[in-house]
Amino acid sequence: MDPTIFGFLLSDGLISGALYALVALSLVLVFAVTRVILIPMGEWVMYAPLTQAGFLEGRLPATVGLSALLLLVWAVLDRRRGRAPWLLAGWAVGVGLLGMAGVRWPSLAGPIAFLVVLPLGPASFRLFFEPLPQGSVLLYLILAVGLHFVYKGLGLAFFGPDQFRLPALWPGELGVLGLPVPGQGVLLVAAALLAMAGLFLFFTTLYGKALRAAAVNRLGARISGISVREAGRVAFLLATAVGAAAGLLAAPLTNASYDMGFLLGLKGFVAAILGGLVSYPLAVVGGGLVGLLEAFSSFYASAYKEAIVFTLLLPVLAWRSLSALTLEEEE
Amino acid sequence: MLRVRGLAVRYGSAVAVEGVDLEVHPGEVVTLIGPNGAGKTSTLLALTGLARASGELCYLGRPLDGLEPEERVARGIVLVHERRLLFGEMPVEDNLLLGAFSRYKRGERGLGEDLERVYRLFPRLAERRRQPAATLSGGEQQMLAIGRALMSRPKLLLLDEPSLGLAPLVVQEIFGILRRLKAAGTTLLLVEQNAKAALSLADRGYLLEAGRVVLSGDAAELARDPQVVEHYLGLHPEERP
Repeated sequence: MDPTIFGFLLSDGLISGALYALVALSLVLVFAVTRVILIPMGEWVMYAPLTQAGFLEGRLPATVGLSALLLLVWAVLDRRRGRAPWLLAGWAVGVGLLGMAGVRWPSLAGPIAFLVVLPLGPASFRLFFEPLPQGSVLLYLILAVGLHFVYKGLGLAFFGPDQFRLPALWPGELGVLGLPVPGQGVLLVAAALLAMAGLFLFFTTLYGKALRAAAVNRLGARISGISVREAGRVAFLLATAVGAAAGLLAAPLTNASYDMGFLLGLKGFVAAILGGLVSYPLAVVGGGLVGLLEAFSSFYASAYKEAIVFTLLLPVLAWRSLSALTLEEEE
Repeated sequence: MLRVRGLAVRYGSAVAVEGVDLEVHPGEVVTLIGPNGAGKTSTLLALTGLARASGELCYLGRPLDGLEPEERVARGIVLVHERRLLFGEMPVEDNLLLGAFSRYKRGERGLGEDLERVYRLFPRLAERRRQPAATLSGGEQQMLAIGRALMSRPKLLLLDEPSLGLAPLVVQEIFGILRRLKAAGTTLLLVEQNAKAALSLADRGYLLEAGRVVLSGDAAELARDPQVVEHYLGLHPEERP
């Protein structure tokens, strides 16, 4: 292989790896706090650029209505919790106003799309996961798969089957060792590293540790004054923020369509598994590995590139099950 | 401080507690004794909000109805659970700090002082501060559970069977700690199978049987009551020294 091709594959792999890393980070975050394997994350990652595309075409994307609706249902569910229903209703109205602002000012479409998609995570947690506080990992997984189908179907209804091309935030290219690297890719890699460092640091604070403690021992957390519900909502909110940002940054490179989320989520999941679904730095390493493997296998055996990526799971699972640290947990 | 009237706890159709009245005054140590299944643990769980209960629960002059367990912790009602419920894979020090989470959330800082106070009370925890909680011995885990509860600066500390499953020497050690807490003016509500140790520590006691209070009063008097002596102190009245 000549060095130029190698360089291209390397930069391609690292850029798509950064996208998988971001998805992996959000999955690790949600799993570490709630024990939910969040399959619909891929859909939310896609909703963000698709919403942006809607604004750019001058129409109000249906995600605005969905977001506001879920927030209103949440407000009704929490109607007896003091000021909470009013704040939630206000948030729903805010999403509606943001939607109108997005149509009016297309130059702000990206950030507005981010804010419109953001409530989907915590609201989905409140509506679908919180009512089952004692659920097993398997029960949550089944629920997550169900939500994936719902959100994917809604994606088709909202945005149609087309692929959308979105304008780059940084349209130029950067010369790295004589190779042209798209500026957007540099942004994506920077975002992945930033999110990793941010989450890593967040979980060294007492607030972050409390979120983790909520999953380590649910009842123990409650008698220590930690609200397990709040922990789950915060985890879903942060994860949706990471996922939506990833989608918005990646879409100018990869395009966006309603059905791209699942495969994206699955690859992010593979990356997260490499880190044992607990480590943020390892999830990013895993993302890079998945991206590189995909880039190089698409060069050598493009028909098998997905198969090769998912085959990566087997040695990793074998290695992890052999080296797994088992601590008895009282529950 | 705490006034309970007509407390009832039901799990489905099974009645665990029925019509329990009890009171705890500030600075007092009160114990609930009685056989397995008498409703002692259920009473504590009802106070923390972990078990659904009916009846009148009045704490510091305000009703507790509708408050989540974590909100009750923030108001100073803190439980040391009989299963300890530690964060097993997290270090000892994090377990302790998380006990102060409700204070941290209120914006209180200076939790380090409380940490030092707990370490002075339990020097063995200080030695193991970086170790995961699950690697501690049973006695150390009980100390950690008590230490974690103390980190929240409880106004009313509920202890569920702190001697459960521990070696006699460790039980002595734990009760020594409880004595020190009592001397420091902490209000305790103690549930124990070890009635002898509990009554020697407590100011007042309640004897529960089948979900009801059958006897209550001064701890020293309860310890002399023939019924208590025979069934819970394991001695016949005439054998008593």
